[in-house]
Amino acid sequence: MKVLVPVKRVVDYNVKVRVKSDESGVDIANVKMSMNPFDEIAVEEATRLKEQGAATEVIAVSCGVQQCQETLRTAMAIGADRSVLVQTDAELQPLAVAKLLKAVVEKEGPQLVILGKQAIDDDANQTGQMLAALLNWPQATFASKVEVSGDAAKVTREIDGGLETISLKLPAIVTTDLRLNEPRYVTLPNIMKAKKKTIDTLTPEDLGVDVAPRLKTLKVTEPPVRSAGVVVADVPALVDKLKNEAKVV
Amino acid sequence: MSILVIAEHDNAQLKGATYNVLAAAEKLGGDVHVLVMGQNAQAVADQAAKAQGVAKVLLADGASLAEGLAENAAAQVLALAADYSHILFAATASGKNVAPRVAAKLDVGQISDIVSVDAPDTFKRPIYAGNAIATVQSANSVKVITVRTTAFDGVAAEGGQAAVESVTAVEDSGLSSFVGRELAKSDRPELAGANAVVSGGRGMGSAENFKILEPLADKLGAALGASRAAVDSGYAPNDWQVGQTGKIVAPQLYVAVGISGAIQHLAGMKDSKVIVAINKDAEAPIFGVADYGLVADLFKAVPELTDAL
Repeated sequence: MKVLVPVKRVVDYNVKVRVKSDESGVDIANVKMSMNPFDEIAVEEATRLKEQGAATEVIAVSCGVQQCQETLRTAMAIGADRSVLVQTDAELQPLAVAKLLKAVVEKEGPQLVILGKQAIDDDANQTGQMLAALLNWPQATFASKVEVSGDAAKVTREIDGGLETISLKLPAIVTTDLRLNEPRYVTLPNIMKAKKKTIDTLTPEDLGVDVAPRLKTLKVTEPPVRSAGVVVADVPALVDKLKNEAKVV
Repeated sequence: MSILVIAEHDNAQLKGATYNVLAAAEKLGGDVHVLVMGQNAQAVADQAAKAQGVAKVLLADGASLAEGLAENAAAQVLALAADYSHILFAATASGKNVAPRVAAKLDVGQISDIVSVDAPDTFKRPIYAGNAIATVQSANSVKVITVRTTAFDGVAAEGGQAAVESVTAVEDSGLSSFVGRELAKSDRPELAGANAVVSGGRGMGSAENFKILEPLADKLGAALGASRAAVDSGYAPNDWQVGQTGKIVAPQLYVAVGISGAIQHLAGMKDSKVIVAINKDAEAPIFGVADYGLVADLFKAVPELTDAL
């Protein structure tokens, strides 16, 4: 069974982004970029499936600018066997990415696609579900446990209020939640080995996919700032403020 | 222009989130219909019919819809989609699961987690863990949207008199099946809808220590929450997590105990009306958003605060 793992290059999760003064977007020039944390979990899960013998090959795929190659190298250092880069400088929204991924799925024929549940830049939480819809495959989002046996996958999902387990007929789509696993550290020997693995480069045109954005971003602004608070001396002072000033207790 | 709101429920009770989504629908202007998908969910449909501003309730009742499987739920919405200009879901685990599936089948972009309606085609939504607000416009014929429930005050649960109409439930897709569910039992208010929230972080030190927050939460009628660090360390269950990747809350009062205030945590609570931080580290970023900060050892301050209330 082949497993396909889409990965996204995003602003590192520790960076506090700033909105550009002309309100056209956030300033991501010269900030540290990394693999989306949920995608690392997806690569780790695919690698573990391979180590268990459930998967035969793990293919990482990324859509975007040329620098996404670095993200793919990281995926291969974790354990992906090879990569596909769908290279474009165009702005890609989740529907466009889902369409590109569908074309890659049709080319590569995986039985399982594992994606992160959301990217920490656009916070959309859409691509996996959209890909499942376009392929007419079943989906298990927000997975915290995945077991593959025969032609089915049993997935435990994190839902509001607890956990739920569903069974999917393969081929299927899974999106990862934080609790699925702890991604391994990439070691230097594995980084060196990853350099020898291949990255096939395609373009949206090669795949015959129209990636034009469906939503127009009119502007990007700073969120409202909270007015500075006060530090109180002790518990009685705090209680007094809550009762008499904020009137919340 | 007609708007379809997808009801959140557990087959017995309509969930509060639905009223918040109805409030967002009201801002769009137009006839608002509610779709209740489930099994033996007549009571839910009757409840939805009483909500303020609802013109019609559609009840799709069938075994295929009993457990909210995404494949069947999306097919049910698609069967009705042709009549609507807007399809609204709550940005909850179930709404987020189904909405993009509907949008992709309609070949439209989906708009996630809106926090305001600027015009029927223009919405605001947070990006980058709430560090920026994007204003987006959709030229699509149908707008498929998930609504951040904390950003809209719910409509009244009583006062409406909508008719309930049955629609045929879709066949089971056969692609997925429900195995089981484990729900955490709690007498406390639901985290996402609570008026007050008391949250603990890594500073709590252990699951045992987390219990010192319980009397405080009880006194305030608050739900208990946690930071990711506390959840990852096993101090608190997963579904207590407040943050970018957990629950988004906006209570009247948020008490952060032993939480440093990472960007990802702030994304989940910085719209709370009053934020109180108790932390022994005076430099912790949480003090940058707290209305009232107390630099103290939480193991002394929390019991003292509980007694003083």
